[in-house]
Amino acid sequence: MSQNNNLADDPNQNPRVTWEGCSVLLDINDSDRLVFARLTAASTLTIGNKKYPLQPLIGCPFGSLFQVENGNEGQYLSRVVPTAEGDNVEEKGCCQIKDESKDNRGLVDNNTAQSLSSEDIDSMRRQGATGDEIVQALIANSATFEKKTSFSQEKYRLKKQKKYAPKVLLRRPFTRSICETYFKKYPERIGFLRVDALSLLLSMGNVGAHSDVLVVDMVGGILTGAVAERLGGTGYVCNSYLGLAPYPMDIIRMFNFSSETCRRIVRCSLTDLCSSQNGTCVPVGEPGEPHNIETQSQEERSPMCSASVDESAVSSENAMLDLVAETSTSLVTKTSKTPKPGEKASQELISFWKENGFSSLIIAAPEVDAWSIVSELLPFLSFSAPFAIYHQYIQPLATCMHNLQLRKMAVGLQISEPWLREYQVLPSRTHPLMQMSAFGGYILSGTKIHTEDQLQPK
Amino acid sequence: MLPVDPAQKLSFTRFITDGDLVIVYERHDTMKAVKVCENSVLQNRFGVFKHSDWIGRPFGSKVLSDKGGFVYLLAPTPELWTLVLSHRTQILYIADISLVIMYLEVVPGCLVLESGTGSGSLTTSLARAVAPTGHVYTFDFHEQRAVSAREDFERTGLSSLVTVGVRDIQGDGFPDDFCGKADSVFLDLPQPWLAIPSAGKMLKQDGILCSFSPCIEQVSRSCETLRANFTDIRTFEVLLRPYEVKEGKMESCQADKRGSIGSLSRKRRQRSSEVGSNGREVSNSPTTIMARPSPEAKGHTGYLTFARLRCLL
Repeated sequence: MSQNNNLADDPNQNPRVTWEGCSVLLDINDSDRLVFARLTAASTLTIGNKKYPLQPLIGCPFGSLFQVENGNEGQYLSRVVPTAEGDNVEEKGCCQIKDESKDNRGLVDNNTAQSLSSEDIDSMRRQGATGDEIVQALIANSATFEKKTSFSQEKYRLKKQKKYAPKVLLRRPFTRSICETYFKKYPERIGFLRVDALSLLLSMGNVGAHSDVLVVDMVGGILTGAVAERLGGTGYVCNSYLGLAPYPMDIIRMFNFSSETCRRIVRCSLTDLCSSQNGTCVPVGEPGEPHNIETQSQEERSPMCSASVDESAVSSENAMLDLVAETSTSLVTKTSKTPKPGEKASQELISFWKENGFSSLIIAAPEVDAWSIVSELLPFLSFSAPFAIYHQYIQPLATCMHNLQLRKMAVGLQISEPWLREYQVLPSRTHPLMQMSAFGGYILSGTKIHTEDQLQPK
Repeated sequence: MLPVDPAQKLSFTRFITDGDLVIVYERHDTMKAVKVCENSVLQNRFGVFKHSDWIGRPFGSKVLSDKGGFVYLLAPTPELWTLVLSHRTQILYIADISLVIMYLEVVPGCLVLESGTGSGSLTTSLARAVAPTGHVYTFDFHEQRAVSAREDFERTGLSSLVTVGVRDIQGDGFPDDFCGKADSVFLDLPQPWLAIPSAGKMLKQDGILCSFSPCIEQVSRSCETLRANFTDIRTFEVLLRPYEVKEGKMESCQADKRGSIGSLSRKRRQRSSEVGSNGREVSNSPTTIMARPSPEAKGHTGYLTFARLRCLL
C-alpha cells in the first residue's frame, strides 16, 4: 500500500529516531547556524567549504551530536556519544569559576600570540589529526592562553572548536524548533510570530484533540502546522483564504506529519464557506471520516474544484529549497500517494461546519483588516467558541475589539502583548541575555456569545 | 470540558443540559464555575437565576435573573477554568502555561509527569494537550490537596486523562514504574534540584524537563544540577501585558469657524450628542479608538527553566 511510503505512519517507527526521508533540523555549532534538511542517502550538508553526506544521521536518535572526523575517505560526520558522567569539556568551564585574579591588563592585540601557522594546521590535518587535537595544539601554541581568565579561556576554546571541530546537533522538527528557527532566520516569512505568541494563540484558541479549528494563516503555514500538531490526527484544521489562491503553507513540510494528520489539514476559500448553495446535508456525527484512502487525490475528492488549484505545490518546492539553499541538500520529490496536507475541504465537511460551527478561530493575517475578516468568519464559529487574532500592529486589533464590543458579539475581549526574556544562568554570572526580541506582536482574544438575531450561516 | 467524547463537542446544536459545567460570566474579572442542576438557583448581585431557565439554551447565551440582571453562560475551557478554579496554592497563568506546553513539546499521546499538582491549573492544560490517547500523572505530597484536585478533574471531566498521586517527589522521586517512559516532566517545587535526578531517569531520550521557580537562586541551583545529565538548558521569563481600549473624542486644534476652541459650550454640545437613541453616533466630530497598556500588570510570576535529557544511547 502506498500509504507506507510515509514512515511517520509506521507504528514500529520510533518518532524519536530518524528514518530515511524524514525532515530534520540541524543545529550547527550551538545554533550559529540552523538548517532544515531531509535525510536521504544522497543529501549533504555544507560546513565551511566542505560537503558532508547526511547518510550517517539516518537511524540515529534525535538529540544526537555529530562531529567532523577524519576517515579513510576524507572527512565525515561521526556520532559523538558523551559519557554518562557528563564530563563534557564544554561544561567544565561553567561549573568551576573560582574567584578570578587574572584580568586582561597584559593583553596586547598584535596578532603574534599564535605560533601555529595555517600551513602547520593543514599538515596536521593531512596526518590525520582530529579537530579536537588541532584545537589542543592551538591552545598549546598560544602565548597568551595561560594569561587569560578561565572565562575567556573557555571562550577561546569554543571559538577554535567551532572552526576546527564543528558540531552538528540533530533536532526534532517540532512547532517549537521550527518557529524559533524561522523567527531567527526569516522572521518576515512567519509574520514575526514569536514562539510565545504562537503558544498563546494555541491556548486562547482552545486547540486540542477533536477540535475543528478555523484558521487564516498568512504566516507561511506555521500556524496551520502548529494547530495540526496539537490535533494529533483528530478534528480538523481548516485553512481559509480570501480570493482564489490559497495562502502558501510550505512550512508544514518541515513537520514529520503522519498521513492521518495531513488528511486533517484542509483548505477552503471564504467564498466556498460563505456560498449559500449547500451541498448534500450529512447526518450529524463525526464529520467526514475519510471513506477510503485511495480517493484522496484532488480531483476525486472535490469534483467541482475551481480553477485556483495547486499553485502552492510549485511554489512550496522552491521555498523549501530556498531555506536549505545553503546546504545544497537534494530533495526527494515524493511521487507516492501519501495524502498531501492542505487538500480542498470536501462539500460534505463544509456543510458539516455550516451546521455545527467551528470550535475555534485563529487568525494571523497581517495583510487583511482584522475587523473585516472577523466579521466575515465569526458567524461560522459555534456559540461560546473562543477566538484569537494575532497582529503586529495594535490599531487594527483595537478597532476590531471596539466593534465587537459595540455589537455585543463577544465577551472576555482582551488585547495582550507577550513579553519574553531569556537568561544566562551561570554561577555568579546570572543575568538576562544581552540581546532580546523586544516585540512579539499583539493578540486579541475573546469568546463568541449567542445572539438571538444572529444570522446563522445556512 | 474537553471533547473527549466528540459528541459533546461545541456546536450550534449543542445545548446546555442538566449536569453540565458552565462558566457564569459577569465581567472579564468576575466569573464562576457552576454545575447545572435542574432544581438549583444561582444567586449573585444581579438577582436570582434559575438553572431550569438555562437548560436547553445554547452555550454562550445571555440569561436573565428575577430582577432582570443578566450573565452569560460559557462552555468551560482550560483558560476559563484557570480564572475560576479555587486557589489552594499559587497557580500558573496562561502565559507560563502556554510556553510550558510549547517548550515541553507536549502533543496528543504524550506521557507527562508533574509535581506538585497544586490547584491543577497547569494540569488542566496538560490534559488537553495529551488527549485523547496520552496521560498526565501528577503528584502532590499534600493529601487533602490531592483529593481536592481529583474532585476538580472529576468535575471538569478530565479524570480519564489525569491521575493524581500523593507522593513527596523531592524526597522520594517519581515512582520507578515511569522509568524511561515520560515524554516530559514538569516541576513546580521549592527545591527542584532534589527532584531533577529522578526526573532525568523518568524521561525518554531527548525528553524535556521544565522547572518553574519564582526565585533566581532556585534557578541557579537547579541549573547546576541539570548540567550533569541535561543539555540545551534555557531559562525564560514570560509575561503578558494587557491593553485597554476606548473610544475617545479628541479636540482638534485646527481653527474652528464657530469660534473659540475648547469653549465650555462646545464641549457640552458634544457630550450631549455623543450617542443617539439607536446607539449610533450622531455627532460629526471625529472619534478615535485608542489603546494603552493597563497601568497595573503582573511584573513577575516565575522563571521557567527547560532542559533536554542528554542523548546517551
